[in-house]
Amino acid sequence: MQPLNATQEQAEISDQTEAGIDRARRSLIGAAAGLGAAALVAPGVILQTLSAQAETAPVTNRVRWGLLIETDKCAKGCRACIDACDHENGLDLQIPAGSPNKWERQKAVWIRKIKLQDHQTGRITQFPLMCQHCEHPPCVDVCPTGASFRRADGIVMVDRHLCIGCRYCMMACPYKARSFIHHNTTGQLTAVPRGKGCVESCNLCVHRRDYGQDSTACADACAETGHHAILFGDLEDPESPIRRRMREIQNRQIREDLELNTGVRYAGI
Amino acid sequence: MAKATVMAILAIGLIAGAWVSAKAAEIRRYVVEGSRAAGLSSCVEPTERMRRMHMEFIKHQRIVTVHQGVRDTKYSLAGCIDCHISYDAQHKPRPINQPDQFCGACHRYASVKLDCFDCHASVPNRPGATRSASAGGSTDGGGR
Repeated sequence: MQPLNATQEQAEISDQTEAGIDRARRSLIGAAAGLGAAALVAPGVILQTLSAQAETAPVTNRVRWGLLIETDKCAKGCRACIDACDHENGLDLQIPAGSPNKWERQKAVWIRKIKLQDHQTGRITQFPLMCQHCEHPPCVDVCPTGASFRRADGIVMVDRHLCIGCRYCMMACPYKARSFIHHNTTGQLTAVPRGKGCVESCNLCVHRRDYGQDSTACADACAETGHHAILFGDLEDPESPIRRRMREIQNRQIREDLELNTGVRYAGI
Repeated sequence: MAKATVMAILAIGLIAGAWVSAKAAEIRRYVVEGSRAAGLSSCVEPTERMRRMHMEFIKHQRIVTVHQGVRDTKYSLAGCIDCHISYDAQHKPRPINQPDQFCGACHRYASVKLDCFDCHASVPNRPGATRSASAGGSTDGGGR
C-alpha cells in the first residue's frame, strides 16, 4: 500500500524503482488538461480578493477526505447508505421518462452495493462501492475539457459547467463509479445542482464539507442503523478516528495494482 | 432665417427628448413585488452595474465555488434566488425563471436564453424545505 500522504515526488521515485505504472505518461496527459483548467481558475483567484465578505477560505491539501469501509459490518440487504445518498443529493427525485427500453430508464447511481462470493469457500462479502477519490484519478486524466478534476482536499468531482457529456471518464473509471444524466431534471436541491447531459458521481457530500459538517450522508445513515461500517474522515491527520482505525485493522484499496492511491479503503476483502 | 433655424433646432430637441423619455419608461423594473429584493435600494452592486455585469459576476463566482469550495460569497446564485424569489397565495415559491418572474421576465425581454435553471434549483430548496417534484423546475421556465 502506498503511504496516504504520498506526494507526487515520492510516487514518481517509487515508480522508477518498481517500473510498474508509467506515471510520466499520466502526468503529461494531466498537464495538458491542467493548462486548460489553470486558465479558467486564474480570474476566480482575483475575484477572491475583491469579495471581502467571503467567510470560507479556499480548500487546501492539508486535509484529504476519505472513507474506511469495514465490509464485515456491512449487512445483507441493507440499503441505508444508498437511500441516504439518494435523498441527500436529490437522486430520488429522478423520474425517468420515455419508452420502456432499458437504456431510457437509467437512473444515476452514486453508490452501488457489491456482493463478492468466494467460490471455493462460499464466503460472501458485501460492501458499498462509490467513487474511490483517487490521488491519480483516471477520469481526470482523460477528461477533454477539464471538467473532471480533483479538489485540493482530495475530492474528485465534475464541474458541470464544463462537462460536455462525452462520458470518456465513465469508460476510464476502473470502479464504474460514474453515472450520466439522461433526462431533464426538476426540483433539484439548492446544494446539489444537476441536470441532463452531465456525468456525476459521489463527491463525498461536498456541500457538507464546505459548510463544515462532520460526516457524509452514507456514513451517518450507516451509523443510524447501528452497523457503523462506513467511517468518514481526514486521511492526512494521523490522529483522526479514520486513521486510528486504519492502523488497527487490515485494510486495502480495490485494484491497488493500478496505483491510484484511492481515498476509499476497504477492510475485510 | 436665423429665427427659423432656431425654431427647427428647438423642435428637433423636443422630439428627441420625448423619444428618450419614452425609452426610459420602457426600461422596466423587473424586481418582483413581494420579494425581499423589492425592499432594498440596490443589489450587491449598484443596479446599473448588476444589469450589465451580473453574468460575469456569477461566472467567476462559480469557478471559485466549484473548484475551491468557497460558498459564502457575495455573488452566489443561491443568494440571487433567496432575495428575488416571490411567493404565491399558498406561500409556495414561484420558480424564478418563469416568464413573469425576476430572471425569466428580463431574459425574455432581452431575448437571452437562460440555462442556469436546467441544473440549478429555481426556488430555495435547502434541507428542511418541503421537497416536491413540482417545487422547482425548468420545464415551465422560459426567457427566450
